[in-house]
Amino acid sequence: MKGPMPQGLEIAGRGFGSRLIIGTGGFRSLEAVGRAVAASGAEMATVAMRRVDPSTRGSLLGVLEEHGCFVLPNTAGCFTARDAVTTARLAREALGTEWVKLEVIGDDRTLLPDASELLEAAEELVADGFTVLPYTTDDPVLARRLEDAGCAAVMPLGSPIGSGQGILNPYNLRLIVEQARVPVILDAGIGTASDAALAMEAGCDGVLLASAIARAENSAAMGTAMRKAVEAGYEARRAGRIPRRLYGEASSPTEGVAELT
Amino acid sequence: MPRVVLNGDDRALPEGATVADAVRETGAAPDGRGMAVALGGEVVPRGKWQVRELREGEQVEVLHAVQGG
Repeated sequence: MKGPMPQGLEIAGRGFGSRLIIGTGGFRSLEAVGRAVAASGAEMATVAMRRVDPSTRGSLLGVLEEHGCFVLPNTAGCFTARDAVTTARLAREALGTEWVKLEVIGDDRTLLPDASELLEAAEELVADGFTVLPYTTDDPVLARRLEDAGCAAVMPLGSPIGSGQGILNPYNLRLIVEQARVPVILDAGIGTASDAALAMEAGCDGVLLASAIARAENSAAMGTAMRKAVEAGYEARRAGRIPRRLYGEASSPTEGVAELT
Repeated sequence: MPRVVLNGDDRALPEGATVADAVRETGAAPDGRGMAVALGGEVVPRGKWQVRELREGEQVEVLHAVQGG
């Protein structure tokens, strides 16, 4: 078991008041991003790197800055270690940050990570001075290899990106949490608030999600729900739940019951 | 007139055109804030945009942050 966790999330010596990290992909507009970020209370938000488009209106970075959000660039869209490393370096140049959400996809239908490319990219980026937060499968051995490679956190998926299937392998997640000495962030697959609460109850240090908020019918309202779910799950984990029992256990005294017949 | 591939499009640029000229050519804000450039898959630091001349056939990618992740 881990020791008592600080109230906020700490990654690589940097503190965040919220344990919810929000992805900015999938929102209909920048205004919707702003409303959801505010409602979710997130203090860190991911962005992607793409070709400049002069027709783009408004400033995503401006909106995130306005809400006091730390910007975490990702390497989404990369299928090789080489592309992911270059994308991370471009993000560092563009945004002046050495933090990166490392994502190397191995299959374009399931969007599952490519384990060997991911590990190779992580090693190269750590050696180049990056603070690497890898999006990974829920494989406890790979999580340990990424941690040993010097990653600042491990971010296992609950289920495929955007699938909304929640946490498909709670057992693997539990193993990852038990062994990790860096923060564990559940990343991908969250569908609704109970999934986020379950991740935190399982002992995750934080939750990263995008689609569950961005594609909800009312994204701002779902932002609020996710903020509460992450807080509730975290508090419940610290509070210590009761064991599961096969039979019921009365909560009222069994002594002093009146004889009424 | 070097012909380059700028963000996926073939472009003919004036002789002696630099990375900074390519950035301008994309229509992006000229200060280049929040942007980064790769030439043939290698990052060109902002400090070299004005001096690095483009060569025939080079692949130029000009990127910025968008919603994602």
